[in-house]
Amino acid sequence: MKIMGDFGGLGIFFVVTLIFPITALIPAFLLQPRHPTKQKGIPYECGVDTIGKTYVQYRIGYFLYALIFLVFDIETVFLYPWAVRFGALGLFALLEMFLFLGILGLGLWYAWKKGALSWK
Amino acid sequence: MENLTVGAAAEWIRSVILLILGNELLTDVVMKFVGLGACIGVILTAAIVLTYAERKVCAFMQVRLGPNRVGGRFGLLQPIADMLKLMSKEDIIPDGCDRIVWALSPMLLFVPSALIYGLFPFDEGVVFADVNVGVFLLLAISSQSVLPFLMGGYASNSKYAFIGGMRTVAQMLSYEAPMVFSLLGVVMITGSMRMTDIVAAQAENVWFVLLQPIAFIIFIISATAETNRTPFDLVEDESEIVAGPFAEYSGMRWALFFLAEYANLLSISILTTTFFLGGWHGPFLPGVFWFWMKVLFMVFVFMWFRWTFPRTRIDQMLSFSWKVLLPLALVNMMFTGIGVYVWRSMM
Repeated sequence: MKIMGDFGGLGIFFVVTLIFPITALIPAFLLQPRHPTKQKGIPYECGVDTIGKTYVQYRIGYFLYALIFLVFDIETVFLYPWAVRFGALGLFALLEMFLFLGILGLGLWYAWKKGALSWK
Repeated sequence: MENLTVGAAAEWIRSVILLILGNELLTDVVMKFVGLGACIGVILTAAIVLTYAERKVCAFMQVRLGPNRVGGRFGLLQPIADMLKLMSKEDIIPDGCDRIVWALSPMLLFVPSALIYGLFPFDEGVVFADVNVGVFLLLAISSQSVLPFLMGGYASNSKYAFIGGMRTVAQMLSYEAPMVFSLLGVVMITGSMRMTDIVAAQAENVWFVLLQPIAFIIFIISATAETNRTPFDLVEDESEIVAGPFAEYSGMRWALFFLAEYANLLSISILTTTFFLGGWHGPFLPGVFWFWMKVLFMVFVFMWFRWTFPRTRIDQMLSFSWKVLLPLALVNMMFTGIGVYVWRSMM
């Protein structure tokens, strides 16, 4: 019951945080002046007219970082429950840790040597 | 002294509502809304106080005066004036933008930055939702703030915004890994992910900043990067990509980005206090006083960073996270593991 109360409360909080920005925008919507001109809508580039399309091909580097991140983020899903029970599990958990972090470290070392971590 | 705590105030409000409604369950529901209102109130107050504080701290560090026109000698009404100005600004919608995604971005950014306030223990017994997976839920919610930045950057149809959006993703993802690993040590020592348990463990022993100094430093650095503050503000970069994902927003929509930014600044200060500086605990004075003293000190430290360090370059910044902070966090975790094991077997 206590747990349901807490998560239920967070659920209400979530809905309120969704609604709050809309209520903040309403007075601004009522107050603001509206004088649209053609110049105002042009993408801002410090006063210079924009050339070509916005959606150009971007660096692959960003994508590589996202891939490595995915690996490490999934590891943390396994590591957190393990960290909670660490004290109770004793020596087994300690040896497990070296194995698990060893594999993680190996993966990081591999990515490092492959050059995935450096900006090209 | 006991009567001064926030917990006592909450108890008092609860008893008053119970008197009016006369129903336990209904009272609990109403109390949830009271707590919610208090959390939102903290965020809004933070936005007002911190915008002013940031300008004043900046001014003092650069030997200037700062805001001193609106509202007396110290410019105390400056945040109100700023808010009125932003409210009465025209809402310019850029040509060729993806209207729905563009409009949703500032609204969705507010959600993760406000929702994590529901998990913070402000004082003894003053926590909106004291869940048993606190740390985990907190990291899960706060990592969602990557998406609105990307949405804003992508949908604006502006090159600056697009570059800013891409940088946000790379930066926030890169610094999330060391942040998550640095908190594992704290969870290992405590043996619980509940936020109140973490604070209680620090009251029984010592502050975790003494047990986990490396984790503390890693956490501070990655928290600065997660909230896109200088020296890691490549995402916003006033001087080169003109506020990045926010470049095409004006008026109240832009103010929502700003609100989320200051909510994040306060929340990383609260997180540092809770995880490493002993939360609300301290001698003699009431808990709420200690809590806000520590939090405001951390806010000042983050502002101090902003006016001390120059901006980093993106390749340096990303490789610093992966090649220095992450291996350091892993090594720190190994030593914590050995330490906790030895300490437990000695007991």
